[in-house]
Amino acid sequence: MKRNEEDNPNNSSLKKEMRVRPIRRGTVIDHITAGQALNVLKILGIYGTTTAVVSVAMNVPSGVLGFKDIVKVEDRELEEEEVDRISLIAPNATINIIREFEVKEKHRVALPEHLDGVVKCDNPNCISNTSEPVISKFTVNKKPVELRCIYCDHVISEGIADHLI
Amino acid sequence: MLRHIISMRDFSRDEIDIILNRAKDFEPIARGKKSSLLSGKILATLFYEPSTRTRLSFETAMKRLGGEVIDLGSVESSSVAKGETLADTIRVIGNYADAIVLRHPREGAARMAAEYSNVPILNAGDGAGHHPTQTLLDLYTIMRESSLSKLRIALVGDLKYGRTVHSLAYALSLYHADMTLISPKQLQMPDVIKKDLKKQGAIITETTNIEDVLGDIDVLYVTRIQKERFPDPAEYQKVAGIYRVTEELLKKAPDNLIVMHPMPRVDEIDPAVDKTKYARYFEQSFYGVPVRMTLLAMAMEAV
Repeated sequence: MKRNEEDNPNNSSLKKEMRVRPIRRGTVIDHITAGQALNVLKILGIYGTTTAVVSVAMNVPSGVLGFKDIVKVEDRELEEEEVDRISLIAPNATINIIREFEVKEKHRVALPEHLDGVVKCDNPNCISNTSEPVISKFTVNKKPVELRCIYCDHVISEGIADHLI
Repeated sequence: MLRHIISMRDFSRDEIDIILNRAKDFEPIARGKKSSLLSGKILATLFYEPSTRTRLSFETAMKRLGGEVIDLGSVESSSVAKGETLADTIRVIGNYADAIVLRHPREGAARMAAEYSNVPILNAGDGAGHHPTQTLLDLYTIMRESSLSKLRIALVGDLKYGRTVHSLAYALSLYHADMTLISPKQLQMPDVIKKDLKKQGAIITETTNIEDVLGDIDVLYVTRIQKERFPDPAEYQKVAGIYRVTEELLKKAPDNLIVMHPMPRVDEIDPAVDKTKYARYFEQSFYGVPVRMTLLAMAMEAV
């Protein structure tokens, strides 16, 4: 079987040009809105303390988007529910699940109906901002993207990335 | 499925109509006719913020239906002062009572309480959030004293912080009411709420002057400008006493106009208005009893 050149780690002619090397197994999140890669990691709960191999490329020229960010997480296949949260800040992102250097699954992110424990309600008097045992919960309106707190009805429509927990 | 009463948003118009129609049957009991419908049932009242009429009208409703009431007492002298979470308090009290009436200063407190409670929660006000039992009694008053169909209503006063007005406006939008919002600029209804109301089918106009619309409305709903909701006392001083409904003003009103107020009033309605044919605010506060009877009976599955 002829392997796609870009996916072949041993292809020496491409090696020098490649910013981030292909991965054997894991998840590639492509077409992230330029500048949002670090927020994407934040949403996925991937911090500096992670032991996973994570590659981040920012402001990569892209035919469709002009510029884009890319995140590759090795040895971890992200669940759909996890990655759908990304659509809050990167609605055009695509998810590629890689096994043995091949894209085995590919899909776009879709906004979830509900969002629990990801975004902090920006109403300081909301019960979700207290020491009560409660996590933030929002219902999601897709067009335009708006989050409505299920507790206090407060609506977040702008700067959603600023409210990430 | 527990029947919590948290927000008007949880109710369809049909459900509201059912409650309002049932409330009529409870009116004779609210006026003193004996009932043992909730005999053997216990209602717990948890008021983390002061309240007079809401608490007393719930108590009256429960007692006139033959039930008992237990009260958390003042927050300072209860377990809350020791740092107990609301979630814990609710779980403990839920083991004593058949339903819990909750008022709390935090928005969303009742919704969270419902997640933890094994008995129905009746929200009696959460911060600047919801106050659904007030809304239902307001709707009931309109139904009894005016009409909910083709309603033209003006909401006057603090439309920014006033929780009763937000809940009421939302519910009225389900009846496609024609609403005029009358407030000083700094107390206008938040855009996000207005957008929501329009989406539901409400017709909304805004003005700063009562006289502009007095001739074209069926209900004048007056609210107090609440000092305690203002983050800045200087802002309060600028708008305090800005609207005052007087006999003189009402000379321009149509005969069938009714004046409502969730009470307590301070100086928004001149006492001389009380004896006019327009005043309905005392009837309104009475209607809180049959409406809350209905909700208690529904919550405790007695109807």
